[in-house]
Amino acid sequence: MRNPQLNRHGELQHLLSLDGLPLSILGAILDIAAPFTEVAEREIKKLPLLRGKSVFNLFFENSTRTRTTFEIAAKRLSADVINLNVSTSSTKKGETLLDTVDNLCAMQADMFVVRHESSGAPYLIADHLHATGRDDIHVVNAGDGRHAHPTQGLLDMYTIRHFKKEFHNLIVVVVGDVLHSRVARSQLAALTTLGVPEVRVVGPRTLLPTDVERMGVRVCHDMREGLRGADVVMMLRLQNERMNGALLPSPQEYFKVWGLTPEKLALAKPDAIVMHPGPMNRGVEIDSTVADGGQAVILPQVTFGIAVRMAVMSMLAGN
Amino acid sequence: MPIELPNAETLLARLVDQIRPDVSERTALVGIHTGGAWLAERLHRLLGVKAPLGTIDVSFYRDDYGSRGLHPRPQRSGIPFDVESADIIIVDDVLYTGRTTRAALNELFDYGRPGRVDLAVLCDRHGRELPIGARYCAYTLPQALPASRSLRLSRDATGTLSLRLIDA
Amino acid sequence: MKIRIAHGRLIDPANRVDAQRDLYIADGRVAAVGDAPEGFVADREIDATGLVVCPGLVDIAARLREPGFEYRATLESEMEAAMAGGVTSVAIPPDTDPVLDEPGLVEMLRYRAKRLNRAHIYPVGALTVGLGGERLSEMAELTDAGCVAFSQANTPVVDTKVLLHAMEYAATFDFPVWLQPMAPFLSRGGIAHDGEVAARLGLTGIPTAAETIGLYTHIELARLAGCRLHVTRLSSAEGLKMIKWARKEGVDITCDVSINQLHLCDMDIGYFNPHCRLLPPLRSQRDRDALQRGLVEGDINALCSNHTPVDDDAKQCPFSEAEPGATGLELLLPLTLKWAEQCSVPLVDALARVTSDAARIIGSQRGGHLSVDARADVCIFDPEGETLVKRETLRSQGKNTPFLGLCLPGRVRTTIVEGQIMYSEAQ
Repeated sequence: MRNPQLNRHGELQHLLSLDGLPLSILGAILDIAAPFTEVAEREIKKLPLLRGKSVFNLFFENSTRTRTTFEIAAKRLSADVINLNVSTSSTKKGETLLDTVDNLCAMQADMFVVRHESSGAPYLIADHLHATGRDDIHVVNAGDGRHAHPTQGLLDMYTIRHFKKEFHNLIVVVVGDVLHSRVARSQLAALTTLGVPEVRVVGPRTLLPTDVERMGVRVCHDMREGLRGADVVMMLRLQNERMNGALLPSPQEYFKVWGLTPEKLALAKPDAIVMHPGPMNRGVEIDSTVADGGQAVILPQVTFGIAVRMAVMSMLAGN
Repeated sequence: MPIELPNAETLLARLVDQIRPDVSERTALVGIHTGGAWLAERLHRLLGVKAPLGTIDVSFYRDDYGSRGLHPRPQRSGIPFDVESADIIIVDDVLYTGRTTRAALNELFDYGRPGRVDLAVLCDRHGRELPIGARYCAYTLPQALPASRSLRLSRDATGTLSLRLIDA
Repeated sequence: MKIRIAHGRLIDPANRVDAQRDLYIADGRVAAVGDAPEGFVADREIDATGLVVCPGLVDIAARLREPGFEYRATLESEMEAAMAGGVTSVAIPPDTDPVLDEPGLVEMLRYRAKRLNRAHIYPVGALTVGLGGERLSEMAELTDAGCVAFSQANTPVVDTKVLLHAMEYAATFDFPVWLQPMAPFLSRGGIAHDGEVAARLGLTGIPTAAETIGLYTHIELARLAGCRLHVTRLSSAEGLKMIKWARKEGVDITCDVSINQLHLCDMDIGYFNPHCRLLPPLRSQRDRDALQRGLVEGDINALCSNHTPVDDDAKQCPFSEAEPGATGLELLLPLTLKWAEQCSVPLVDALARVTSDAARIIGSQRGGHLSVDARADVCIFDPEGETLVKRETLRSQGKNTPFLGLCLPGRVRTTIVEGQIMYSEAQ
C-alpha cells in the first residue's frame, strides 16, 4: 500500500500522521526546526522560503489557537495566508469537502492546512489531489477527529529533546483522555518511533482505547505508579462534555484521582518536565501550582510550536 | 589538466593583511556556514575584533529552494551583536556565482540596518551571475573552473585549513 | 425456445451432481439432464466446453435501491448487474424509502421487476412499521403480496418486548424472521471494529459484544417465541460460536455471511479507505478466518453479496461520514470461487452456498437447482477466466467496493433466466 504521506522519492509530500512516518523524516523535521527558533529573535521575523505561495488554513472545526500558530508560521515564511472557516459556510449549503478543495485548487493553492472533526479527512484530500494529478499541492493535518495532530506531536518531541537531549533513556507518561485525543495518538506514535524505552499511559479504563497496549505502551490505572521515576509528564486536556456522564462521574473525582498535583509530581524524577497541549483546565487535569511551577514547560511548547510548523511547511514546499 | 591549489593557511595570512588596516571599533565579522564560519573564527582572533563573531546559514534564503528543496541540515544563524550601524564584513571561503552572498545580505538585513557591509573571501573562482565583488580577496584562480567541479574549504582535526577540488 | 447446453461441466449441488453432462431446456424449464429427451430439437445450442454450468446464483441480500434511492441505482441498472454476475434470484432487504412495510409497495416492486424480466425477486418485508421497532407490520398481508421473510435490515429493535411479540406473531404463521445481531446501545455511533485498527485510526469502535449480545437476545427470544430465526451478516468468531451453541440447544437457526466479511478484515481499512466502511464492520483477521471455516463446514448456511450501491457523493467523504455498504452482485461468484480456492472447498460444495443452500433460506423450491422440471435459471462461467473489478466494467450503478482494482477468479459467460438467455458475454 502506498504511504500517502510520501512522494515517489520517499520524501515528505504531506504531513498527515506521525504513525508510519519514518524515523529519518521525523528526525529531520526536528533538526530543521532548531534554526527556525532563532527567527523569532530577529528584528524582522521573516524568511523568504514561502514567498509567493498561498497557504489555505482550511478549518472545518473551529480552533483559533491552532489556526493562529499555523498562520504565524506561514507568515514568518512569507507565505500568503488565507483563513477559511468552512464549518460556517459552504458545507451547510451542501457543498462537499472535495468540492471545497477543488475550488481552492482553482485559486492556485500551494498548501492546505486542514482541521476536521472526522478522523481521516486529510487523507481523503491528499488522495483526491493525487487522483486528480495535483501532486504539487501539500496537505498538513492540523488535527483530524480523534486520529492525529502531527504538528502538536512534533512540537512535543522538540520540547522533550530540548530539555532532555536524548530519547533513548527516558520514561515518558501520558495522562488522561487518550481515547478521544488525537494529540495522544500522535505523541505515542512519535515516542515509540524515536525509541523511548518506556511509555506509560495513565487514565481510567473509560478513557483508554481498546488494545492501547498494542501501541507499545504500558497501561497504569494508578496515577502514582504511573508517575514514579518519570522524566516527562504529558498531560492531556479533558473535554468539558466528558466530565459528567457515562465516562466519568465528575471533574472533582477526576482531579482527585488523575489530576496532577505537586504531591503526585514529586513521585517523578526531580528534574521531570510537565507538558500540556493547552488549553488547560486548571483544577481538573492539572493543579495551578504545577501549571505555573518551575517544572512546567507549557509556554516553551507554544514557542517551539511555531518553529516546528515553519520547519514542516518549508520542508513540504521544497519537496 | 591538474590545477595547483594554493595553501589555504598562506591565503588566510594574506587576507588578514588586507583587512587589518580597515578594522575599527565598529567592525564586526559574520561567517557563512560552514567554510566561511571557520575562516571568520580565525580572522576574528587574528584581527582582534571586539564585537562577538556572527554566523549565518543561508539555507532559508537560497534562491534555488524552489528547485532543490530545503537543505537537509540547516545550521542556526547567530548574530550576537547589534547590526544597526555596524561595519560588517561577511566572510566566505569561495566566491562563485554571488548567489550565496546575495542570500547572506538579505538575511543580514532582517536583523537591522548595518552602516556598511563588505565581503572577504579566500578564493574567487569566477563565474559570477550577480553584480557582486569582494573587497578582500586572497587569491583569484587563473581561470574559471568548470561548473561540474566544486571548490571547498576543509578543516582537519588540528584546525588546519585547506582547499579541495571535488567533482560534483 | 429450446436450448441445449453441451459439453459443459454440470455442477448441481442440490442433486450432488458434478460431471460432464448436457443440459436441455424447454419452455423455461429443465427438460432433461444428460441424454436428450425424445424428439428434442434445440433452437439454440451453447457450447460449454471448458465451462461450468450451474444453477443461477441465489443472492439472499441485494439492495436494488428502489423505491426511494433511484439516484444511487435503479432496478434496471442493478438487474443488469445481477445478470452479469450470474445471479438469477435476489432477496431484497426492506430498507427502501419508503420501507417495505406496505403490501402495495411490495406488489409494485414485484410488478416492476417482472416487467424487466431479469432476476426473480424475493422481497423481505419490514418486521415493524417503518422499521421503527414499535408497531408490527401486516405480515400476513405482506406475505400474500410476496414477502418471503421479515427483517429489520440494519435497524435493530431496541424494545425487546416488541421484538418478542413480533417473533411470536411471525411464528403464528411460521414466517421466518431475519435479524442482524447488533446491540443498539453498544453499536451506537460506532464506525469500525473495536480493536487495534480503530484505536490507531481514532475511529469509534463497535465491539464484538454488540454482535454477541444482540445475537443472544435474538436466540433467547426466538426460543421463547418458537420462531424460525435467520441471522444475517455474521461478522465475528464469537458470534459463530454462539450459533453453534444455539443449534446444540435445539434452536431452529440459520445464518449467512457477506462476501466482504468473508474476505476482508479491519486491516484492509488501510489509510481510511471509505469503501471499507461497512455494516456490520470488518472485524479482525481471526474473525475472518473463523467465518471462512464456518462457511466451509456448513455452520454458516449461505454466502450473500449484501449488495449496497452507494453514490460517490456519499462515499467520497471522511471515513466516518461515508455511507456504509458496498456493491457486490457482480462479485458474488468470483468471491465464492476465491474462497473455495483459498480453503480448498470442492466446487460443488462452494456453489451450494450461493445456490441450493441460499434458496432453502428464502424458501424457494423452484430456484437454486437444476432438477428436471425446475425453473431453468442457469449460470455458465469460465472457472479459468478472470474478473477484473473496475469502475468502468461494473454494471451496477454503485462503483463502491473494497475489491476495486483486484483481479478475481472466474468469469460469467452466460446467464439464463427461465429458459431465456439474458446475458451473454461477447467472446
